[in-house]
Amino acid sequence: MMKREDCFRALARHVTDEVVVATYSSAVEWNDLGPRVLNYFSMGAMGLASSHALGLALANPTRRIIVLDGDGSLLMNLGSLVTVGAVAPKNLVHFVSHNECYEANGSHPLPNPKVDFSGLARSAGYAHVFEFNDLASFEQQVAHVIGLQGPVFATLHVERSRPLTYDYPTLYSPEKRRALKAELRKG
Amino acid sequence: MEAQTAAKADAAKVELHGSNIIAAIKASGVEFVLSVPDIVTSAGLLRPIANDPALRLVRVCKEDECIGIASGLHYSDKRALILIQYTGFLDSLNAIRAVAVEYKQPICMMVGLLGHEPERLPSESGRYGVRIIEPICDAMGIPHHLISQDADVAKIKPAIDKAYADSFPVALLIGRRPLAQ
Repeated sequence: MMKREDCFRALARHVTDEVVVATYSSAVEWNDLGPRVLNYFSMGAMGLASSHALGLALANPTRRIIVLDGDGSLLMNLGSLVTVGAVAPKNLVHFVSHNECYEANGSHPLPNPKVDFSGLARSAGYAHVFEFNDLASFEQQVAHVIGLQGPVFATLHVERSRPLTYDYPTLYSPEKRRALKAELRKG
Repeated sequence: MEAQTAAKADAAKVELHGSNIIAAIKASGVEFVLSVPDIVTSAGLLRPIANDPALRLVRVCKEDECIGIASGLHYSDKRALILIQYTGFLDSLNAIRAVAVEYKQPICMMVGLLGHEPERLPSESGRYGVRIIEPICDAMGIPHHLISQDADVAKIKPAIDKAYADSFPVALLIGRRPLAQ
């Protein structure tokens, strides 16, 4: 079992000009690593991170789009796995942090905490599917994972996080949205 | 009696052609159509759109996916039209509330009113589900336009252009099955 923040630190070392779409607890921990104009925080409608990312991937075929999804979030939009698998964007990399609970809503357990997200992604048509339980292994492979021709899916088996502060208005402020849009317009 | 018969005959002549709607969609600069099939628009819109190389159709599993995809596309100035049934619109209300209305995104929705009687206004429909669509749009502040005959097609491009100019959603309500020609 890994800590999500450790995984994100390892990922951040390899992220350059990718758009990172992060949701709820993942957004908080990703944002804690530092400000970044190419962050897109998906709030307000739980589960839609992968759908936002698909739109970004279709609109920006030469730029990589990385999704930092949550397990509870993805369960609310499982159909998006099938949609992404069918559209098959080569530039989309989809991580799900699997801590087996609805962390942002009181850490209540998922209906089936052991649901096999990687198996679902594989059968939905993702080109490459990974599963990580061990930080050393993730650190070793993360650059390879995000560099593959997608769609790529990876389950990160993580612990429940330290108590987080969910400041949604700041995470998804109009200023951040305008800055992201301006940056994407540069091409 | 003769007047009534003539009125019925005139009503029967009212038509809505899918080709006109598709031309308006293209004229609006829409590149992507995001859809879950709807029997109202299946033959007249979705099928020809699926075969039209000028439009990129993304078939989704559930309607609220469309709201996220359209938002992502908008960040890079790509225009999208969401083609769904009113049942899917109702199912997507939280996504529409958050992503479209509260975050002020130009989410353009074309919504088939399944079971609507074209000779009546949606607000007077015998179908509860149809009857509540316009009041829900009004409560959410979403502009809406009824497209029930060819003359209404002229509303489409200005409505989509305004949605993008104002960065705010719009609902185009399809009140009659468009003809597949």
